[in-house]
Amino acid sequence: MPRNWPIPLVLLGLLLVFPPIASATGLEFYTGLVTKIMIFALAASSLNLILGYGGMVSFGHAAYFGVGAYAAAILAREGVSSAWVIWPVAMVLSGLLAFLIGAICLRTRGVYFIMITLAFAQMIYFLVVSFKQYGGEDGLRARRPDFGLFELSDTTLYYLTLAVLTAVLYALYRLVNSRFGRVLQAIRENESRAATIGYPVYQFQLAAFVIAGVLAGLAGVLMAHYTQYASPNLLAWQQSGHLMMMVILGGVGQFWGGVLGAATLLIVEEILQDLTIYWQLGVGLILLLIVLFAPMGIAGLFGRRAR
Amino acid sequence: MLNGVQFGLMLFLLAAGLTLVFGIMDMINLAHGSLYMIGAYLTATFVGITGVFWLGVLLAVVGTALIGMLLEFSILRQLYRRDHLSQVLATFALILIINEVVRIIWGSQPLLLSAPEGLSGPIEILPGLNYSAFRLTIIGVGLVVAMGLFLLVNNTRVGMWLRAGASNREMAQAMGVPIKPLFTLLFGVGAALCAIAGAFLGPILAVQVGMGESILILAFVVIVIGGIGSVKGALVGALLVGIVDTAGRAFLPLLLSQVASPEVASNLGPALASILIYLLMAVVLFFKPQGLFPART
Amino acid sequence: MKRILWLMVLLGLAGFSLSLAQPRTVKIGFVSTLSGGGAALGIDARDGFNLAVRLLNNQLGGLPVEVIVADDQQNPDVARQAVDRMLKRERVDFMTGIIFSNILLAVGDAIFEEKIHYISLNAGPSEYAGERCNPYFFNVAWQNDNLHEAMGQYVNTRRFENVFILAPNYPAGRDALTGFKRFYKGKIAAEVYNRLNQLDFSAEIAQIRAAKPKAVYTFQPGAMGVNFIKQYAEAGLLREIPLFLPGFSADADVIRAVGRPMVGIYNSSHWALELNNPVNQRFVEEFRKAYNRTPTLYASQGYDAALMLDAAIRAVGGDVSRKDDLRKAFLAGFNSTRGPLKFNPNGYPIQNYYLRQVVQAPNGEIINRLAGNIFSNHSDAYVSQCKLK
Repeated sequence: MPRNWPIPLVLLGLLLVFPPIASATGLEFYTGLVTKIMIFALAASSLNLILGYGGMVSFGHAAYFGVGAYAAAILAREGVSSAWVIWPVAMVLSGLLAFLIGAICLRTRGVYFIMITLAFAQMIYFLVVSFKQYGGEDGLRARRPDFGLFELSDTTLYYLTLAVLTAVLYALYRLVNSRFGRVLQAIRENESRAATIGYPVYQFQLAAFVIAGVLAGLAGVLMAHYTQYASPNLLAWQQSGHLMMMVILGGVGQFWGGVLGAATLLIVEEILQDLTIYWQLGVGLILLLIVLFAPMGIAGLFGRRAR
Repeated sequence: MLNGVQFGLMLFLLAAGLTLVFGIMDMINLAHGSLYMIGAYLTATFVGITGVFWLGVLLAVVGTALIGMLLEFSILRQLYRRDHLSQVLATFALILIINEVVRIIWGSQPLLLSAPEGLSGPIEILPGLNYSAFRLTIIGVGLVVAMGLFLLVNNTRVGMWLRAGASNREMAQAMGVPIKPLFTLLFGVGAALCAIAGAFLGPILAVQVGMGESILILAFVVIVIGGIGSVKGALVGALLVGIVDTAGRAFLPLLLSQVASPEVASNLGPALASILIYLLMAVVLFFKPQGLFPART
Repeated sequence: MKRILWLMVLLGLAGFSLSLAQPRTVKIGFVSTLSGGGAALGIDARDGFNLAVRLLNNQLGGLPVEVIVADDQQNPDVARQAVDRMLKRERVDFMTGIIFSNILLAVGDAIFEEKIHYISLNAGPSEYAGERCNPYFFNVAWQNDNLHEAMGQYVNTRRFENVFILAPNYPAGRDALTGFKRFYKGKIAAEVYNRLNQLDFSAEIAQIRAAKPKAVYTFQPGAMGVNFIKQYAEAGLLREIPLFLPGFSADADVIRAVGRPMVGIYNSSHWALELNNPVNQRFVEEFRKAYNRTPTLYASQGYDAALMLDAAIRAVGGDVSRKDDLRKAFLAGFNSTRGPLKFNPNGYPIQNYYLRQVVQAPNGEIINRLAGNIFSNHSDAYVSQCKLK
């Protein structure tokens, strides 16, 4: 960050003044879109921590995202209205889930790790879908909770998401540059060497896995607040793929990869959706071109130019 | 039970191509399901044009194989040396592209593909037990193709190259196996198998955009259970998954309805059946991390 | 100072004359299932709606109309995003189009909270008919239970014992079997729910075979119905155990796909091709001319939704901000393809339900023929729980 530090600050400033400008020009719709982008940026950044820095290709990240959303929705349905209860419970739940799944999956490697994380995510998906009293395949309506300090409108949710995203990114930045982050990357580069030096590889990986799970759960809670709805689609494997796409698009293991990827993908989708009903064709073509010609993702493109 | 075998055999056709591509080329191809979809659409189209089911299927199989080889030649070939992540993203992009192209060509309404006239009725396989003639045909076709594939892999020179490639690619290349054309051919075979599955599942399910994705995940489960790169593993895995899935769907709701209301039973039943498949995979991986029949040593 | 005042008056006049010359357009958000297994339903409803708008010279109630169509892909999530777009970005005046009840239930509250009238042209969940009825909700077609109640009544009068009933596990599927059981008093062989969008019914057909019922009643919307009937026939059961269907699963779209095996099947409907009234005759004739196919009940419902909007907007003199008056106008009813149609306070219609039979016409075409009347001026079972007036 030392050389590029003004960019995030400028971006933060722009984001701070965005909602009043948008509502003054009658474009409130886009406040919602930016909220959604920030939520996905959070989720993608959490995936980037394990995928990019930890080298753990989890194909089941949607599970924690969805469980966070469902925890918020189910608690709201059961009459818990305080966000001060909902948030911690949802985060602890998704963290716990990440701990259980991670503890089992991290014993496997490579393709098998990909498949077994997918398998667990699918189990969670079908489990949630089977609970008809919580909406089943139709999803569950989730009333916005009570924060006590302010009412959660579209605008306050925007600022809340912005604050959470800023805080999390700052924490992640500190984390990946800490001893923990460096060990994690060392494990990614050469696992057996890290083990020989004496680092407990498994514990480090599991810790990162749980942190990522908690953050994805947090993003899920915000998502439930945003759409006021928890959908099983949040848990589906396509959602895991979507998140993975964002990370790869933005740049695997690049600090801003998750944010850049989420913003690019969602904005491109939005623009193409306006232009044509065959918008997925455009998304597909862009993705394909990026893989073939910009293997380091968008952040990689910037990085190369800066060098 | 027969339904499970029938579904399992069709899964096998998909998984066989996938496992060979995965095992030999070390390439995760998510777009494999799209070839299955293309196969089904081409079958529906050709059957419509020619009016003869079997001719339509034949044309569709050839067409899909050509499309598959074209894909390999133009795009996928670039991805062999890249990491799995890039392959996942690129082939995911291909899914999106192919889905939309199919939607542009054929529209977003599902196509209707009917079983051939002579096979649309029931057949009495045991006294008092009727079974759909078409599903019986599917089982037959699946068995014949599976046997053909085994003969190809175990008893021909191409098969030997394939097995060599699956167990050690560098060595095989060094021994003079023509890798590039072999890969293209292999991809064509995989695509043809997809097309057969698509052609025969089309009349039972519906020919629609997105039909490839749901079955793709199952095919991946199959090859992971069976062991990546092993055709025998794919067959065993496919039959296991097919039977567990169908039996779970048929009997779990019945079992549950003994203890709960029909609504609850029908909620939990299919969900449990779906979970069962993944549980099966997790258990297999736990005890045999390389799958049941590991191809690579 | 004076000059500025004059300028303002002039500008005001100019604005006024502009608004006179260009009456405001009324925007309709049409979110429907236009791809996937349920696409045939959404496409028919949309075509029926568009046909009515075209025949009304692209006006509703005298106002020029803009219909914004979006595909929900039969996915609650996609539907929510589409509805959000309609409400917040397009700022539509009315919404309609949703086919599936689960989709409607996922987005309904968001629409009602914006105080936008939703005219359902298909989905009629019981949830919106009773206690949770809403002043902004109307259904031009039926309450989900109704057609199944009619078939339950018919199967009951035919004195079939031991009926196997099957429906997909989603709101309309549960409503369907509830409705059937409300009027069918005999023994139920088994009550089974399958997955929504399931296409392979081999497990259910095996269950039917094992249960040995005297008759089967099933509700399967869209492609599911096509597949079920095809597979039921392929398994040889159609000849052994009679199959009864609601009109949804035995209309022109299903008949086109399944063909000959359909002949002879009885089904229930609130609408039929040969209903003898001028609105219907014009609809059937114009629909065949415009789209070159036989209209389904979904098409008639789409057509009626446009007529209902037309009548109500006309009644409030084009001022669509008068929400209470709009509601009164909707309740007062209009002249539909089923004749004059009136509504209960919960927004659901009071109408007749007919028995139809699939037959082969002399010209070889397989169509539905009216075969009798099951209910006259029938209301839904939940209206008494609705506190609205």
